[in-house]
Parts: sequence; C-alpha cells; structure tokens
Amino acid sequence: MKLSVLAERRIIYLVLFVAVALPLLFPIGWKTEVSGYTQMVYDLVENTPENEVVIISFDYDPSTMTELQPMGEAMIEHAFKRKQKIIATALWPMGVQMAEQAFDKVLKDYHDKQRGVDYVNLGYKVGGMVTIQAMGRDLKEVFPTDTRNTPYEEIPLLMNVRRLKDIAWVSSLSSGVPGLKEWMMVARDSYNVPVTGGCTAVSAPGFFPYVNEQQQLTGLLGGLKAASEYESLIGRLGSATTKMDAQSIAHLLILIFIALGNIKVFAAKRRKNK
Amino acid sequence: MISIMNTIGIWLAAFFTLCIFSFLYKDNPFYKFAEQVFVGLSAAYWLVYIIYSIMVPNLFAKLATDFSGNIILLIPAALGLMMLMRIHPKMQWISRYPIAIMVGTTAGISMLRYMKSDILQQLTATMINPFAADTPAEIAGNLLMIIGTICGVYFFYFSKKQEGVSKAVSKVGIWFLMVSFGATFGYTVMARISLLIGRLDFLLGDWLHLIK
Repeated sequence: MKLSVLAERRIIYLVLFVAVALPLLFPIGWKTEVSGYTQMVYDLVENTPENEVVIISFDYDPSTMTELQPMGEAMIEHAFKRKQKIIATALWPMGVQMAEQAFDKVLKDYHDKQRGVDYVNLGYKVGGMVTIQAMGRDLKEVFPTDTRNTPYEEIPLLMNVRRLKDIAWVSSLSSGVPGLKEWMMVARDSYNVPVTGGCTAVSAPGFFPYVNEQQQLTGLLGGLKAASEYESLIGRLGSATTKMDAQSIAHLLILIFIALGNIKVFAAKRRKNK
Repeated sequence: MISIMNTIGIWLAAFFTLCIFSFLYKDNPFYKFAEQVFVGLSAAYWLVYIIYSIMVPNLFAKLATDFSGNIILLIPAALGLMMLMRIHPKMQWISRYPIAIMVGTTAGISMLRYMKSDILQQLTATMINPFAADTPAEIAGNLLMIIGTICGVYFFYFSKKQEGVSKAVSKVGIWFLMVSFGATFGYTVMARISLLIGRLDFLLGDWLHLIK
C-alpha cells in the first residue's frame, strides 16, 4: 500500500501526539543526568550567603512558559531555601504575571515568606538594555514603586539596595530580546555582577559560548531538560520533571522517524537505479 | 463569579487550541477563525497595554502632576507623534527624523557593549592555555574549542582562494559548523516538542482533568 505524502505526515502527527500524551497521563519517572551548565547555576545560588539580595528577571510571556516557568519556580524555591531575598523584575510586560504565578506556587510550601521582606515584585519596565544601565546607577529611579504601588523606600527588603552593585546575582529567564544577553552585557560586563539564567531550548546554543573562562554567564539553563535537572538538584518534583518523560519519548520517536525517512529515500534510490 | 470566568476561560483556550491543531489535518475555517481572533486580540491587548503601562505612567501622569518639571518629556512625545506620520503618505517624510534618532541612539548605545561582550570578551575567552585544565577531558575540550574557533572563522575568509593547507583548515571549519548546526537543530526540536507538551498538558490537565 502506497501512502501519499500528506497521509504520511498526518500519521506522524498522530503518532507524535499519542507519544507525548501517554507519558503525561502515565509518567515513567526516567531520571536525567545533570549537566555542567546546570550545576554551575545551582552552585552560584547555593554558595551565595544568607540574606543577600538577588534579582530574578522574568523576561518572557506565556508562549514559552512551559520551558521557563519551571526554572523560575525552581530558582525561587532554591533562593528561599538558602534564605536569600528576591527582587523580581520583568523586561517583558507579561513577565509580571509570570513572576506572580511562580511566587504563588512556591509560597504554598513557604508560608513564612513575606512580600516586601523576603521577596518583592518590582514589575515591568520598558527599555531593555537602557533600563538595566539605569538600574546600575539607581534602582529607585527605575522602579519608584513595586507592582502594588508601595513606594521603594517603604519596602524593607530594598533598604540597603541602591544599585546593581548591591545585588549578589542576577538571573534572567529569557525567551528573546530584551533578556539574558542584555543583562549579561550590562550587569556582568559593565557592573561585574554575576549573571546566570535560563532560556528556551531554541536559543540555548547561541548562549553557550558565553559560559566561558570570562564567566560572562555563570552557567545556563537551556530548555525543559535543564529545568528538570535543576529541579532534581534542589529535590523538587516540579512540572519540568514530569514533562521530561514525554520529551524523551518524543525525541526517541523523532529519531525513529529520521531513520525510517532515510531508509525510504535509500530504498527509492535503489529501485530507481535498478 | 471568578470560578465561572475561569471555567469559561479554560474552555475557550481549549477550543482555540483544538482549532489551531486542526491545521495539522488541513487548512480549515476553524483554524482561520482562531488565527484571526489571535491576531486581533493580540493587537488590541498590546495597544491597551502600551497606553496604560507605558504612556500613562511615563508621560501623561507625569505631565499632569508636574508639567513644568517634566517639560522635557514633550520631546519624546513629539518624536512619537512624528513617527505616526507614516500613516499619511504625503507627510511620511516626517517620520524619518525620529527613526534616524532611534537608529543612531541604538547604534551608539549598543556598539561599545557589543564590541566588549561579543568580540573582546569572546576573544579573551578563547585565548587560554589549553593544557592548564584539571582533567584530560577538559584539555581535549579546550583544544577542540581553539581549533574549532580558528577553523570556523577561517572558513569565512574569502579573500584568497582556499586550496592546499588552507582548504584542509576550511574543511575542518565546515565540520565544526555542521556539528553546531546539528546541535542547534536538536535544541530546536526540543523546544518545539516542549510547546506541544505545554498544550497537551493544558488539554489533559486543566481542561479534561486527566492528569493527577
């Protein structure tokens, strides 16, 4: 039986659909090996002393939240565990809601953490690189209030935070521009603040060269796999871990499809030569 | 009330997700409807968002509370209005001035930073002693990085015909580039599958409550 190209394509979509759906319904529990890049991010947070103030910038929107939201939740939980104070910012407008959702989820297990004392959401600011540059001079000028309109000087967490130099590390969870690269260019390369972060799998190969001897980036979380690695490091059974089964099955399936496609092309060539 | 709105939201999201997925079978009116609703809603959302989150707090509110103290804000406001002149064919030329200022300012701000981060720091990161690493694997990695960088850059040297030794160097460069393209493709597949997982997670979890 000879199938048309369109029919073949539909079969591939259907099989892929089922292959992704089944592990979501019936998790397998495969473990993922922790990469060096993820370990570097973990070490940075782990080795930062208690009560230090850190920035997690939510530079993405719901279109990439499958990959980046688990990273945000895991980093918040890790910073809370290490008793660090978190400032959430956003270079993307919808990042504000992403930050709120992440805090809401993590706070279910950390009832003692208080807004304004242990964490604060300063919200969105337009401008990308120029905004980060201004934060390097004066944070209050850029964010006069938090998202609940509390003035900067009335937020206890920000008492001793005037500029980027007062921050222990910056993490940008980024799905494009402005995002991780802008943070690295300004916060790391100009103000010497350690910058780490996460990005979608598509953009990960473009960021890996910045994890180098110069420590332009201190580690990198690239895509869902890195998010699940980070979850396993902090001992959290988060959404990335449960989704990695589906990811692995889909990858296996795609490898099989590539092999079948090649076999088909070789067979067709052979028939033609005969 | 919140619960009802939430339920309606989930059903609408599920409906539009299925409409978009229906394109995988073939182009159809459901897909077109979902696509156009998405484009229209996005445009409307951004317009409202820009007005209330950027224009009002950064311009209108400041001018309304302290006009003389913020009089300098009239300059970006005027430039913004000049940009809108693109809509009118006869006055289109006016928009070239704010565009020129924007391009010039962006280039000025970015040039030094990109030079430092993408050229100087990257070059410095490659200029290392490859044998100063702790493990043989790290030494091999350092050597590969240095060879890959030199050969990869050399592949783009077109001023001289590549033959003999230079051709061999260029060939090695192509191999490194191919490996990097392969890795990029792998990551792209991972990202696309993640998007599918996200939607299926929503359909099976939030909508159908099949995921515990």
